[in-house]
Amino acid sequence: MSILEANNVSIRYITGDFKDIGLKEFVMRKIKGDYHVTEFWADKNVTFTLERGEMLGIIGSNGAGKSTLLKAVSGIMVPTEGWIHREGKVAALLELGSGFDGDLTVKENAFLRGAMLGYTRKFMDDTYEQIIDFAELEGFEDRPFKQLSSGMKSRLAFSIACLVRPDILILDEVLSVGDGAFRKKSETKMREIINSGATTILVSHSLPQVREMCTKVLWLHRGQQIVFSDDVDGVCDQYQGFLDGRLTL
Amino acid sequence: MLRIFKEHQFLFEELVKRDFKKKYKRTILGMAWSILSPLLMLLVMRLVFTQFFGSNTPHYTTYLFCGNLVFSFFSDSTSQGMSSLLDNAGIFTKVNVPKYLFLFSKNVQCLINFGLTLCVFFVFCILDGITFTWRFIFLFYPICCLTVINIGVGLILSALFVFFRDMQYLWRVCIQILMYVSAIFYTVDKYDATIQRLFLVNPVYVIIKYFRVIVIDGSMLSPAFHLLMAAEAFIAFGIGAWMYKKYNHQFLYYV
Repeated sequence: MSILEANNVSIRYITGDFKDIGLKEFVMRKIKGDYHVTEFWADKNVTFTLERGEMLGIIGSNGAGKSTLLKAVSGIMVPTEGWIHREGKVAALLELGSGFDGDLTVKENAFLRGAMLGYTRKFMDDTYEQIIDFAELEGFEDRPFKQLSSGMKSRLAFSIACLVRPDILILDEVLSVGDGAFRKKSETKMREIINSGATTILVSHSLPQVREMCTKVLWLHRGQQIVFSDDVDGVCDQYQGFLDGRLTL
Repeated sequence: MLRIFKEHQFLFEELVKRDFKKKYKRTILGMAWSILSPLLMLLVMRLVFTQFFGSNTPHYTTYLFCGNLVFSFFSDSTSQGMSSLLDNAGIFTKVNVPKYLFLFSKNVQCLINFGLTLCVFFVFCILDGITFTWRFIFLFYPICCLTVINIGVGLILSALFVFFRDMQYLWRVCIQILMYVSAIFYTVDKYDATIQRLFLVNPVYVIIKYFRVIVIDGSMLSPAFHLLMAAEAFIAFGIGAWMYKKYNHQFLYYV
């Protein structure tokens, strides 16, 4: 059995229905007869399977449906059609900054965010020092979160997130945070998690990164699955060609 | 169910803490407000309405306080609960967590607030010359029912609020109306029996009445009355839970 399997996954957004335009507008349009909803398929018939320890790179231009697909894989969204089968604990690091509250202190935020990622209180008590140490935020612990610089915020976010030990790890361009020195440190840490045997999905706009790290690659374009293959270099070459305008779909 | 609760217990505690800290952020009096605001309300009502109703209602201050106590718990809990889901959109669109946790945490906060006011209420009872009986223990029952009703109504409102932002204005009007039909500052004796029975449809009135019978009259209500309360709580919670189950996966399209 594969650890992660997506079968004909399609996700549809509806815009312009009565919840969108409000009740008054809905009735008005209904009377006039020009009420219609627009369907938008963010992903259409995406199929892939991953085995334990594999690493999938998802590539594609903006609006290709990458982030939506990740939300479906992590269980936040339910596919409109098709199904996704996952085994084990999933950790999705979609937007590192989400869930932080500007009014709370750094320490309170760390615990809140840790709780969201599914850590236990004991785990947080034990590793809190380590998190602050890694984020280089000693002396800022009792400051309100909103007073931190944006670099500090993302450093804290990353330091909490990188403690996850999931079976399936989902990364949405979070490999590069902070300034040069911290970026190096964070990349090393991320590789540590990936190498610990987690099945990883990585969305990246950096082709060299995908080539170097991934064992499989999925190319999406406007919701359509162009290709899913383990020939990472071949697909990356094609995609590069598409980006340069040498190849059209 | 228990497993899910255990799994998210830590998150739940942190959410409660967060809501609590945020509520009184930058206020000078802080927690004291949860006691002060019902007291101010009580004072105004006492001054205004004693002329009209006070003379023939025994223990009118306690009578008013019962109404205010229950009504403000309901109104705070549902009004704040309504926005709890939408306010946390940034979290549940990025992390896979049970969405009702946000509402529950708001309700815990309101329950603690209510507990504080309840203590003040008992102090006022002493001042008003109320005799405390063993029957006061039964007050747990209406409090439990009301908490369940609050959660149920909160579930319904917060789900609707995601789809229709008009709810916040609509609910403000509803709360206003509800205040007038809950017999907070008047008595229902003057109405005829059919209308008096109609009052029982309003769960807030039912709870208020329970409080008054125990505290002021020192007597008990019939088993049928207990059943009515349980039924109202069950209906509110049932509808709310059903809505969350049905729309659980659609919320994030509308935030």
